Amino acid sequence: MNFQIPDFVPAIPEIFVLSMACLILVIDLFVKQENRFFTYLLSQLTLVVAAVLTLYVFSGKEIFTFENMFVSDNMSSVLKIFIYLITSICFLYSRKYLIEQKFFRGEFFVLGLFGVLGMMIMVSAHSFLTVYLGLELLSLSLYAMVALRRDSIPASEAAMKYFVLGAIASGMLLYGMSILYGAAGTLDLGEIASYLSGQHGEMDVITAFGLVFIVVGLAFKLGAVPFHMWIPDVYHGAPTPVTLYLGTAPKIAAFAMAMRLLVDGLQPLHGQWQDMLIILAILSMAIGNIVAIAQTNLKRMLAYSTIAHIGFLLLGIQTGNSEGYSASMFYIIVYSLMSLGGFGMIILLSRTGFEADKIEDFKGLNDRNPWYAFIMLVLMFSMAGVPPTLGFYAKLSIIQSLISVEMVWLAVIAVLFSIIGAFYYLRIIKTMYFEKAIDTTPIHSNFDMRVVISINGLAILALGLYPSALMNLCIASI
Amino acid sequence: MSADFPILSLAIWLPIVGGILVLTASDDKHAPMARVLSLIVSIATFIVTIPLYTQFDTSTYQMQFTESHSWISTFKIYYSLGVDGISMPLIILTSFTTVFIVIAGWEVIQNKTAQYMASFLIMEGLMIGVFSALDSMLFYVLWEAMLIPMFLIIGIWGGANRVYATIKFFLYTFLGSVFMLIALIYMFNQSGSFSILDFHDLKMSLNVQILIFLAFLIAFAVKVPMWPVHTWLPDAHVEAPTGGSVILAAIMLKMGTYGFVRFSLPITPDASQTLDWLMITLSLIAIVYIAFVALVQKDMKKLIAYSSISHMGFVTLGFFIGFTILRNTGSPDGIAMGIEGALVQMISHGFISGAMFLCVGVLYDRMHSRLIADYGGVVNTMPVFSAFLVLFAMANAGLPGTSGFVGEFMVILSAFKANFWIAFLAATTLIFGAAYTLWMIKRVVFGEVANENVAKLTDINRREFFVLGSLAAAVLLVGIWPAPLLEVMHSSVDHLVQQINATKL
Repeated sequence: MNFQIPDFVPAIPEIFVLSMACLILVIDLFVKQENRFFTYLLSQLTLVVAAVLTLYVFSGKEIFTFENMFVSDNMSSVLKIFIYLITSICFLYSRKYLIEQKFFRGEFFVLGLFGVLGMMIMVSAHSFLTVYLGLELLSLSLYAMVALRRDSIPASEAAMKYFVLGAIASGMLLYGMSILYGAAGTLDLGEIASYLSGQHGEMDVITAFGLVFIVVGLAFKLGAVPFHMWIPDVYHGAPTPVTLYLGTAPKIAAFAMAMRLLVDGLQPLHGQWQDMLIILAILSMAIGNIVAIAQTNLKRMLAYSTIAHIGFLLLGIQTGNSEGYSASMFYIIVYSLMSLGGFGMIILLSRTGFEADKIEDFKGLNDRNPWYAFIMLVLMFSMAGVPPTLGFYAKLSIIQSLISVEMVWLAVIAVLFSIIGAFYYLRIIKTMYFEKAIDTTPIHSNFDMRVVISINGLAILALGLYPSALMNLCIASI
Repeated sequence: MSADFPILSLAIWLPIVGGILVLTASDDKHAPMARVLSLIVSIATFIVTIPLYTQFDTSTYQMQFTESHSWISTFKIYYSLGVDGISMPLIILTSFTTVFIVIAGWEVIQNKTAQYMASFLIMEGLMIGVFSALDSMLFYVLWEAMLIPMFLIIGIWGGANRVYATIKFFLYTFLGSVFMLIALIYMFNQSGSFSILDFHDLKMSLNVQILIFLAFLIAFAVKVPMWPVHTWLPDAHVEAPTGGSVILAAIMLKMGTYGFVRFSLPITPDASQTLDWLMITLSLIAIVYIAFVALVQKDMKKLIAYSSISHMGFVTLGFFIGFTILRNTGSPDGIAMGIEGALVQMISHGFISGAMFLCVGVLYDRMHSRLIADYGGVVNTMPVFSAFLVLFAMANAGLPGTSGFVGEFMVILSAFKANFWIAFLAATTLIFGAAYTLWMIKRVVFGEVANENVAKLTDINRREFFVLGSLAAAVLLVGIWPAPLLEVMHSSVDHLVQQINATKL
């Protein structure tokens, strides 16, 4: 066999993150508890350097390497940068919580970095094998992170559920991949696309089976209805920093996975998967928004809101054109930023021995601290899609992409469900502004958390006043 | 001041930035500073908007004081502003009213004063933006953004049932607007631009026009509000603090009717013509039926709220009566009069309803009751106040010499050209309007002193006198000498009449 040394350059960021994650794992063993900050700092440094490396290897061209299994293009570079950014903020928020809950261990950061590596591989995958590899690396890190609190029963339950359902989903995905591999004789996404275009849109039974399993697997990982059951329990049961981690950057990776599989690989079958995605999207928006109304726990409510947002995301992908893809990409980045702030607020209000994860814990926040209440107000209005916040433009671009392909009816359904959605976001604002505080303990937090969460909230507002840059970035990268 | 000085931008951003500044004094210890600062900002904004009137060129229908900058290049959305004779008076009404809202809340609002003042200032900027936006997406963003401060105003400083009222208000208006959003995006896909003026020239088939017209109708009808989507208004009005009621009645309702003249009529003239029966019917139901509803109210604020709905029916009637005139007489004479009458009615109703709500606010601050039954013989203890209240009530009933008369008279006159029965039904408002307003006055103001609480009332102080006196002057000025207002509108209305007579099929 003729072995060629592959071009490592496009994968330098991945190689770096892998080495650093291993290194930090070892170093952490020798760090005393009082110096644990060092592990944290090293993890943050890893993300920063990875960002620099990603920018450094960025060429503006599509570069394939490792026998075409790995691709580095505009989309992968942009998404990776956002993954680093969001994970880094997530680590920063988590530190406050972990210290307060006497839970400040290195494992959280190490697993987090391995998860980042998994996401990076998913984002850059150009073969069924790499997609699956990245996905499993991410999922396994997430299972372990959810279970990180061994003594907490809800967390163990959540981890168990997540693991079992996640394994089924991975199985589905893998099964679909293997069927398509059987039909096409290749794992390479580009070659599968050319094989399928050779079929001229005709779909035989084998391809249909493969496609259905892949879409089901994707829907599981994204958390689209009716494959959403794990989301509320896992979001609720996991320790808040883990929920924060799992509800933000992995969504971006899941979007990338959908793009790689459906667009890079299965684009010729667009007519077939389009209908499936429409059904998933409508159900997700319906169930997500309606069930969220009944929640009293903020983490659970945000979990259902995630499901609804995923529905919106799928609407953009199903259009099957680059306008829709970039709208979805914009949507998912905006969503991650909002959800980062939302879970960040829970961490901010929590303190030793107290989780502020119930909606009533936000009562009278405007009296306790008007500034934090304002940040949360911006986040909630943004999630509801009320201008001038960033969330509105995310919805705007999705609706625009729908109307440009003459799917006005779908746009009408989407906006009707976002009105239902507005209700439960308004309820949070109502709780903060119109009700008296029960708990008047002053809110303490470290300086970096205060600054970053303020920037997080203001960015949602400021980018809402000038959303052009981020939108153009998304358009340029599809 | 040079011609290309961005007056409109200044009028939008001055109150918004001022509001943010006021928020920095958010501790109630600094409330006096917040009040003074708000007053300065609101007066400054009013002064900034005056050149819009003094330098206005009445000879053209073209947009004036225009500004345009690329905002969201992806969707070709521009930050483009400009005013014509229809929007300019509304902007001045907005900046004028805000000054009085700040003064009216001076002593009354003791809880979170800075946030209260800041909400109103930010809202002022957004409202001026709505009236001056020439890009439909900019319009939409500002239109929706306005809901946020209003939501907080009703919810934080409102009455007992405020949470229900404010959520209902928000969801109703949000529901209405999203259909407009879809219509706007649809037209963007047809025309490649979000500019309202480009939409005016966009050709569309009748079916498409009807769908777009209906989408606009939902958005604007909720805001106006028209029967049967008016039910949020009495709730919101009753629960809102005085300032909130004033803004709602004086400005926010005008946005709905402004939407009809800026969007529905010129963008979908053929659909407007096809569906004018619907608009006329809804307007007449509002005028007649809602007047009856107003008659039986026990709560003063509710009564004025219903009277607002009834008066806004006149505005929509004036806008849509023109098509019947054209059909029945074959000539466009009288169309312009109906529209101008409706526009005058908008301005006049802004003054009158604002003043009425402020009057109720004056009573409420003293007695903490809005029920008519709790009052009686107020004139004995508050003579000056009663004089004002009677004046505004007369204006509300459409007494000649007050601003309320001018608009109603023009609309009825125009309706007579179209159809006797429409005019007849519309004219009944002169009776019913007088009935519910004056009956309320009789029960509240006149008669014996009803109870000892009324006996303890003190007359208005200088601050309240100034507020009510200024509004009274405005009401009388427009009533006796409406010519300057009509002159400003004239070119724009003529142009609008041309637009709605030209088919776009």
